[in-house]
Amino acid sequence: MTEETAVSERELQLLVLDVNGEQHEVITEPRRTLVDVLRHELRLTGTHVGCEHGICGACTVLVDDRPVRACLMFAAQAEGARIRTVESLSRGDELGDLQRAFSEHHGLQCGFCTPGFLMLAEGFLAERPEATKDEIREVVAANLCRCTGYQTIVEAIDGCATARRQACANLCDSKEK
Amino acid sequence: MSRQKLVGRSVARREDPRLLSGRGRFVDDIALPGMLHAQFIRSTVAHGEIASVDLSAVRQVPGVMAAFTAEDLELGDITAQLGRPLSEFVPTAMPVLARDKVRFVGEPLAIVVARDAYAAEDGLEAARVTYTTLPPVTTEEAALAPGAPLVHAEAARNTLVDVSLFATDGIDEILASAPCVVHVETRTGRQNALPLETRGAVAHWDDREEQLVLHTCTQIPHQVRTVAARSLRLDERAVRVVAPDMGGGFGQKCVVGREEIAVAAAALRLRRPVKWIEDRKDALSASFLAREQHYRVRAAFDADGRILGLDADVVCDMGAYSCYPFTAGIEPLMASAEMPGVYKVPAYRVRGRAITTNKAPTGPYRGVSRPQYVMVVERLFERAARELGLDPVEIRRRNVITDFPYTGVNNITYDPGSYLESLNLCEQLVTAEGRHIGIGYSCFSERTGYGSAAFAQRKMQVVPGFDISEVRMDTSGAVTVTTGTMSHGQSHETTMAQIVADELGVDIAKVRLHQGDTDRITYGFGTFASRSITIGGSAVRLAAAKLGDKLRAIAAARWDIDPDEVELTDGVARRRDDASDALTYEEIADIAYLQAHLLPKDIEPGLSAAATFDVFNDGTFSNATHGVVVELHEGTGQVEILRYVCVEDCGVAINPQVVEGQCRGGIAQGIAGALFEQVTYDDQGEPSATSFMDYKVPTAHEIPDVLIHHLQTPSAFTETGAKGAGEGGTIGAPAAVLNAVNDALRATGVELDNTPVTPETVHRALHLEATS
Repeated sequence: MTEETAVSERELQLLVLDVNGEQHEVITEPRRTLVDVLRHELRLTGTHVGCEHGICGACTVLVDDRPVRACLMFAAQAEGARIRTVESLSRGDELGDLQRAFSEHHGLQCGFCTPGFLMLAEGFLAERPEATKDEIREVVAANLCRCTGYQTIVEAIDGCATARRQACANLCDSKEK
Repeated sequence: MSRQKLVGRSVARREDPRLLSGRGRFVDDIALPGMLHAQFIRSTVAHGEIASVDLSAVRQVPGVMAAFTAEDLELGDITAQLGRPLSEFVPTAMPVLARDKVRFVGEPLAIVVARDAYAAEDGLEAARVTYTTLPPVTTEEAALAPGAPLVHAEAARNTLVDVSLFATDGIDEILASAPCVVHVETRTGRQNALPLETRGAVAHWDDREEQLVLHTCTQIPHQVRTVAARSLRLDERAVRVVAPDMGGGFGQKCVVGREEIAVAAAALRLRRPVKWIEDRKDALSASFLAREQHYRVRAAFDADGRILGLDADVVCDMGAYSCYPFTAGIEPLMASAEMPGVYKVPAYRVRGRAITTNKAPTGPYRGVSRPQYVMVVERLFERAARELGLDPVEIRRRNVITDFPYTGVNNITYDPGSYLESLNLCEQLVTAEGRHIGIGYSCFSERTGYGSAAFAQRKMQVVPGFDISEVRMDTSGAVTVTTGTMSHGQSHETTMAQIVADELGVDIAKVRLHQGDTDRITYGFGTFASRSITIGGSAVRLAAAKLGDKLRAIAAARWDIDPDEVELTDGVARRRDDASDALTYEEIADIAYLQAHLLPKDIEPGLSAAATFDVFNDGTFSNATHGVVVELHEGTGQVEILRYVCVEDCGVAINPQVVEGQCRGGIAQGIAGALFEQVTYDDQGEPSATSFMDYKVPTAHEIPDVLIHHLQTPSAFTETGAKGAGEGGTIGAPAAVLNAVNDALRATGVELDNTPVTPETVHRALHLEATS
């Protein structure tokens, strides 16, 4: 069959990827990008592709806790790193606080850019939990959204950061008592 | 006591949990066993005859399974029609794959199908296509020049549409004798609607159903089905179109794409699933574009600033093809019909033209012409205010329609709105201080309930207008609603469910909307022109009401009372005179389905109802006033928006948070058109903005927070009192921003009327002030 012949001509490589705490073995061409392997080999289709040249940020995932454009990285380059995708944010059917904040603030409409913004915010808030709203707007400007006008995305992330700080302060208070 | 009504409340979106968890199902998320991947060999020249297409090397590329030209597939053309004489409209065929001639860079002329998308791309590189090049026509001037090369041989002077309308008696005298006549000439940049998800489709043949199943991201599934069936020469029954979750559309996905038909043809031929996902470069250069228009407009005013007449010439550069179903008339006919807008214009004359050039074709884009003509009209009012020494808000106050219904010079009857109230309120909310500060306003209304009558007036041969809904209840009391509209970000799963939950008195969690699947509903016209809640939502409410009647009838028969004596609340049918007699919906459904022998003879088993809705008059108009404060930066020419106020009236807001989302997102796209985005070509017709480095989509840096205030003038013509809310933001923003920029430039004497207003233009204008 033609397909088998064609496949045999491909240069294939075995990759081991750590995605959302799970080890995945993938046999694929070395030229495949991280986002294509996540989406089409591992079938983690929550991460989206919007431009394939690193501008729109729809494909943002965390690689060793830092936001990365998964369209600009070969899957092979992510071996040995911890990769996190949008699928890691909820536990079963229960949404995480960042996801809930996006819903409460209407920070998404079509939802296509949303996984990218979520992972961008997840990485950023972990690094700078004390971020101001202006700093959040600065970071949000890294990605493109065509539906919301950004205001509610900024408000959602700021709302989540504020709530986390409040929860943290309450915890400290109760420990002191 | 019954539950509080859900309509009018910001109910949490039903769409959110799956979209936030990465569990949406977009077209590229679909994977079928044995699926192949397609890409298109596209023209590298803007205008030429195809001398040869040699795909033999393509077929040798590892992983490539097949490659087809137009001759291989023998597909029917896509031809959009208007019922107008040839002097007003020239129909032109759009072949699915280019045959003899190519008309723009990026035009598809062959499809390559491969094992994966990477191999398909490899295949493209091996294609050998030769052309006999023809001189390209890339501008309006070149297109209309005597002896210009013809893009379509049948369209003389490269003109596809040419209509002259209204021409009120005496308009020339009015313009000759009025105390104040102002003139505006405006050119607006070509734009891309730019849904963040590019176009794409997955097609496969289903042997058991004897159906071609086409998953495609479209706003108009039924129209795609009609065209696919005709082009592939199948019975329409044998095509099922399914629109999955969609990453925006904004009009670009509201036309039938050639690629989606070609993908279907390849899947039929190969009897294997075939997927095509458009890459961003193709999306920027070879999809459907919009908004390249040229206005020359004069307006006459009396000494008190009352408008006396409007005389307009509109030329829209529609690129290489007429889009289906709207035709190349979409932009000029919209502008011509609606231009007088919110103002009492006593005399009006317009010539509207669509020209064809060697650029990617034009389709609808959010607002369709209204962002442009509103900008022109609002510039005219600002200019008249300056000439007459009037306050720019005051001159509008003297001219906006205040007595409704109002039948305009354009033969359109405007239903009640809050034109004056929104203007006054917006003025109060806009405050500003600083250097190079400018304030700008725009006042506009937006027809949102385009029924069959309104589109028939345009003489479209496919007349979108009505929509159908079916509402059914199962034995668990859960409700399934189908609609012919197709949400692609507008939250219909939530808002339509709110309408049904209120009408039937059921928990919203029990209501589920199904949309975008042609097998689930007879026909529909999809989502565009802010029609979904006005028309689709009305059909949904009527169908739910019919189902409610049936629930009441079954309960009434059990109690041997009149159905009017039964009320429906909280999932229970109760007797009005004796609340202790009650039947839950599950109990009624049990009778309707499982114990039908208990039904009286005149009631059929089952619980479902269908309804159709259409608007038979001029429809309903949303309205708004936008107010903007800008600051111009001397060093960079940057336009910074300091404050943005939107006072809007879309009648009953089904879900205020969703309406605000539509306003904000629309305003962002309007600002994008006013200040940033432009599709550019070189003089050979080569597109020069084919990445996000060159096509500047604004980010959170450029788009300001927007203060929104709601007014509410319910529509008498829709079943919910709602007017549409999808496009207003985009319509109002360019005018208000441009007026604010010009207000800030007042001291320079420079006036800017073209968009996008770039930093270079502003810098030059400010520098002129410094040197003078």
